[in-house]
Amino acid sequence: MATTAQTFPSASPSRQAFGWIKGNLFGSALDTVLTVLMLTGLVLVANPFFTWVTETAEWPVIRANLTLMAKGRYPIESIWRIWIVVGMCGLLAGLLFSTYGSWLSRPSLTTTVLPLLLMAVPIISNEARMALAAVFLAIAVGQVVGIFGPERHMKRAALWYMVLLLPSAIIVLRGFGETGPFQLVPTRHWGGLLLSILLSASGIIVSYPLGILLALGRRSSLPILKSLCIIYIEFIRGVPLISLLFMSVTMLQLFLPAGFPQIEGIIRVGVAITLFSAAYVAENVRGGLQSIPNGQYEATWALGLNKAQSMMFVILPQALKAVIPVNISQFISLFKDTTLVALVGITDLFGIGRAVLGNPDWLGTHREVYFFIGALFWVMNYTLSYGSRKLEQALNTDNPGRD
Amino acid sequence: MPSPPFLCNSFQPAPLTPRSAVTPQAPPEIRPPFWRDERIIGWISQLVTLGVIVGILYFLWYNMVTELRVQRDTTFTYRWINFEAGFDISESLIDYDRARTYGRAIVVGILNTLQVAVLGIVFSTVIGMVMGILRQSTNYLVRGLATAYVEVFRNIPLVILLIFWYQAIFLKLPRLKEAVTLPGPIFISIRGVAVPWGTPTDSWGSFLISVLIGLALAIGLGIYLKALRDRTGRRIEITLICAGSWLVWSTASWFVLPQPLTLTQPYLDGLRVSGGHVFSPEFMSVLSALSIYTSAYVAENVRGGIMAVPRGQYEASGSLGLTRLQAMRLVILPQALRVIIPPMVSIYLSMIKNSSLAVAIGYPDFFHTTAITTLNQTGRAIEIFLLLMGIYLLFSLITSLILNIYNRRVQLVER
Repeated sequence: MATTAQTFPSASPSRQAFGWIKGNLFGSALDTVLTVLMLTGLVLVANPFFTWVTETAEWPVIRANLTLMAKGRYPIESIWRIWIVVGMCGLLAGLLFSTYGSWLSRPSLTTTVLPLLLMAVPIISNEARMALAAVFLAIAVGQVVGIFGPERHMKRAALWYMVLLLPSAIIVLRGFGETGPFQLVPTRHWGGLLLSILLSASGIIVSYPLGILLALGRRSSLPILKSLCIIYIEFIRGVPLISLLFMSVTMLQLFLPAGFPQIEGIIRVGVAITLFSAAYVAENVRGGLQSIPNGQYEATWALGLNKAQSMMFVILPQALKAVIPVNISQFISLFKDTTLVALVGITDLFGIGRAVLGNPDWLGTHREVYFFIGALFWVMNYTLSYGSRKLEQALNTDNPGRD
Repeated sequence: MPSPPFLCNSFQPAPLTPRSAVTPQAPPEIRPPFWRDERIIGWISQLVTLGVIVGILYFLWYNMVTELRVQRDTTFTYRWINFEAGFDISESLIDYDRARTYGRAIVVGILNTLQVAVLGIVFSTVIGMVMGILRQSTNYLVRGLATAYVEVFRNIPLVILLIFWYQAIFLKLPRLKEAVTLPGPIFISIRGVAVPWGTPTDSWGSFLISVLIGLALAIGLGIYLKALRDRTGRRIEITLICAGSWLVWSTASWFVLPQPLTLTQPYLDGLRVSGGHVFSPEFMSVLSALSIYTSAYVAENVRGGIMAVPRGQYEASGSLGLTRLQAMRLVILPQALRVIIPPMVSIYLSMIKNSSLAVAIGYPDFFHTTAITTLNQTGRAIEIFLLLMGIYLLFSLITSLILNIYNRRVQLVER
């Protein structure tokens, strides 16, 4: 609908610019008025904002609490275990890019140089710089292995690695035994961004199989199974997440037999988030299943596959591929929703922010802290949604000539 | 009585047998053994699933009942709802004080939630519509700013937006003495926003009734005019005429009745504001954060709806001689609405659920009065959460019901 300016290739650059401005900013009287209004508004808003960012804001509060926000009360001498997990993720990213995509593609290269770019951020400590260099190496190693390894095996290895990443990451982070390099770090010490990412990632990963089962149940022809799934999905989707979180914190113990050991708070909210997310994943997957044409089912019957086989090998792979973008949005909204765990006393990134503000040294720095946390969330979520849009275009094999 | 096959040239009539006896024999049904029969397996697995779930639920219920009886010497009951609440609620739409019951306190919370939700739906729809249309603008700057608005607010967690509004904006406003005064007068200060407000007088009730009668008359007029238009084919601006006459009727009854509302203006009375109505900072924060956050989703939805109308429709309406506004109103919007409305239902639903985040800043909404204050006072976790979830489910059901009815009306055009 946008009437782009008529420019001619032969026109000089200044002319082109002039034509663009005329076409896009001052095309009509109304446009001119709007442009002037918007520019005035922009200046009125942006000016005090930049003054605040550059002069009034007290950024030391962020600098002093950066590590705390990243990892909560996770002991500083074990921080290398977090970096190992980051490195494991980097390795996976490298492997995935080089096996399933191309290591030369833009997202792949961006991911590769990201640690190097982060190293240049001034407020980062030297230890963190070293660790970032190691992460860069891990991504590079993943790519090299993916490029030179036998493709078929590498693809399979990448998938298995992806499945095993979460449990092994949790083992590395939690540790075992009283002493030694991997000594136990109780989950109540986990916090900050680490915890936000862990909660949302494990939430979406664990809820995925659950959601698929629920979606299949909802589409099944078995009446009892179907109604059970519908009740579960509609119930969860009808209540706010925060009520589930409060429930899991205040009353879970009531439902367990007397003498049952106290369950750690993080596990409780993790379970609540997973059960919550499963209902939404189920609805997404159901959408994917509905988008599969009937002919596919009929073809599987004609081939003599039974129901389970046709689901496993024909229907689900297509349906799941179709819902990848939707599920990334689901992950983004879950990532945003994990901030709610702060309201039940878990110190995720937002909870740490609240804790920092409770510290008398940093009185009255609400704007800085919340602005920083909001900006951090924004950067991560925007990157994810941008990536998912690109992925959607890449996956859209039916209609490559979009736009 | 089978006849020998080689006597084919000697015609023998078939023996007369009752019709029922010659029903073709169904081919013997090949049924697999029952352990491989899909139907039986299906039923067995369903019963097993049901059994397992009922078993788990019974186990949980049993644990709960024992726990309650042994540890707290009580049972599952809702009798506490009629007990005296004994806590204050900072803002309420109906009469409330600490001597009232818990039930009353919960109703106060529900009304506060509804207040925020209804206003939030209105604001977010208006802002979102405007932003969604602006994102389609031919003006680069307008388009860019609208896109930035949507992308910024969609990707920040609502609770952070909420607490930022509260702590960093509404609580950083000047004190009451140095309140920002807008004409009206409207006082904006750390205590909230004080605006002039109408106080109902004796004739308020009759005014409302009169307005309702006017609405009924306007609807009647609309039905008549529609019939007239369908019969004669004349162009009649039904909406305009009906809304106009209703407005005239209402204004007339406002002046005929002796002043249904008296306007009270806020004024600074020492350390507080008297008169008018004060919107608390909590309310303002919840409303603004919720409206802004939701409007970003509404904008995306509206944009998607407009983009779903094929370009040819614009061109066709242009070639029919419709102006841009007419084309928008008569051709594009009716088609776009069909795409826009179904997702709108879920946007509004999630907005009502999101309003429970008001608990983060202590706005006494339903969740706060129920799951925090009442729970702390009574300790009745199970009863309270059952009530809470039941009422949230009810909200969801009612909203989706209303919007589904509207949706059906809009979709009706489709063949």
